[in-house]
Amino acid sequence: MIEARDLTKDYGEKRAVDGLSFTVQPGVVTGFLGPNGSGKSTTMRLILGLDAPTNGDVTVNGRHYREHHAPLHEVGALLEARSVHTGRSAYNHLLGLAQTHGIPRARVNDMIDLVGLHEVARKRSGQFSLGMGQRLGIAQALLGDPKTVMLDEPVNGLDPEGIHWVRNLLKGLAADGRTVFVSSHLMSEMALTADHLIVIGRGKLIADTSVDDFVARASQKVVVVRSPEIERLRNSLAGPGISFEPAERGAVEVHGLTAEQIGDVAAADGIALHELTPQQASLEEAFMNLTRDEIEFGAEMEEAVA
Amino acid sequence: MSAVAPTVRLPRLDVTGRLAFHRVLLSEWTKLRSVRSTKWSLFAGFLLTIAFPVIFSFVTRSHWSSMSAGERAGRHPLDIALAGVNVAQLAVAVLGVLLITAEYSTGSIRSTFTAVPKRLPVLWAKLIDYAVVVLVLIVPAVLASFFLSQTILHSIPQLHMSFTQPGVARAVLGGAVYVMLVGIFALAIGAIVRNTAGGIATFAAIFFVLPPLMFTLPTSWNNAISQYLPSNAGRQLFALQHASHTLTTLSGGLVFGGYCAAAIVIAAVLLVRRDV
Repeated sequence: MIEARDLTKDYGEKRAVDGLSFTVQPGVVTGFLGPNGSGKSTTMRLILGLDAPTNGDVTVNGRHYREHHAPLHEVGALLEARSVHTGRSAYNHLLGLAQTHGIPRARVNDMIDLVGLHEVARKRSGQFSLGMGQRLGIAQALLGDPKTVMLDEPVNGLDPEGIHWVRNLLKGLAADGRTVFVSSHLMSEMALTADHLIVIGRGKLIADTSVDDFVARASQKVVVVRSPEIERLRNSLAGPGISFEPAERGAVEVHGLTAEQIGDVAAADGIALHELTPQQASLEEAFMNLTRDEIEFGAEMEEAVA
Repeated sequence: MSAVAPTVRLPRLDVTGRLAFHRVLLSEWTKLRSVRSTKWSLFAGFLLTIAFPVIFSFVTRSHWSSMSAGERAGRHPLDIALAGVNVAQLAVAVLGVLLITAEYSTGSIRSTFTAVPKRLPVLWAKLIDYAVVVLVLIVPAVLASFFLSQTILHSIPQLHMSFTQPGVARAVLGGAVYVMLVGIFALAIGAIVRNTAGGIATFAAIFFVLPPLMFTLPTSWNNAISQYLPSNAGRQLFALQHASHTLTTLSGGLVFGGYCAAAIVIAAVLLVRRDV
């Protein structure tokens, strides 16, 4: 379980994380979603105590990460950037970490086999491809059989087979009852893997919800309507929060009403309808709709600064 | 549709140990020995510490008959025996800086501090491991240098020196202690600066730029100040004779040790306070 309360981090003038409060529950995969630069990696560094928060607090399994007697058994983490000495082999990198907790060599070999790095485990990790580096990072995260697993963009650089493997791994970890916290900037990836979502933009919390609710909430009510009496229908439908946009071949896109509501109004007023089609927003669109304001705000800020 | 993919299960770990200092010591030792360039640099430093005195001894022996009295007087057997200390200190300093700055440049420091989030045990373990490794290499190296150079200079009675002569054993082993302290000082500088080029430049400035710069001062000032510079104070550990404007072996060693302690304290405070 990860609990963040009012977590805030400033780097000089820039506020990277802004008053984040959330709880990551065990037993499910929680996706940590946000555009690039929205503060996901910073939040993860704050959770591990690598950076100190400017304000607020975050605990893992009831304590500050730093206060745990066996940190590697509490949290296993894959961090954004490479976190391996390029001159050291994967085996020795993992061994050095394992030795801090008295984790046996057999476990190091097990993890190397689990992620499929057996062939290259004794080679200098500086020669690794991005995908091999990710596999090593995952092996590192799982080394201590941790209660909480935290992975920053784990599928980056993996081939489709590797991505598939990671998805199944995450589900297995959650099924064990572990807390699983995975960041991504891709909504589609999270939809396939996560049960719960924490969405941030510009360091602020945008949503803390199940994946299903998120999609339903984020999808705007958009219905394409075609009618020989379109002007009359528009007058009947008009109201606060409702807008119309021209669509293809004389159709009109109605924003702010469901197909059922439009159909009822048309029937009551005796208006014929030739088309009534609800438009389902895709996951990516839903995500972008939610975070668009944050991104535009960010772009303006950067222009103003530059 | 394909069949439901089997879930990947993570094997359980039967033994769960706590974080402990002796384990961090072992971990840092694994890290020290598992980078090839570190191993080779230490080995090269070891060989050069012996090679320089051997070369100087042969050169001195072959030119002795053609040397003037003044030249001969300027040759001191201990200077020849410990000529390698000057090379060793540079190699040991560069490696000391690298031991910590390479963690920052490669990002492995994030892994290290995730495993040991209190951070300070990592600094202590690095210092202890490195000091022991340097001592284990440099003590045999200076002893070998002394006896090899004396064997080569056997035919020149003026350059004979016995290990049991007053002060000789202390100076030879003092040379080894000096190199070890240089390693500790450099590692602390690396932890403060966190950047390889900056760390090596800082060390070079303190050890190789500051001392000659002092000669631009009036002699009385230079004599008063220079003896307290880290390099000059440290060198008294392996000097056989001390001038009126240099510290004694003990006070020089203590002053240099004090610099090392101060650098370690600054490094420790910054290590705990700064973001990684």
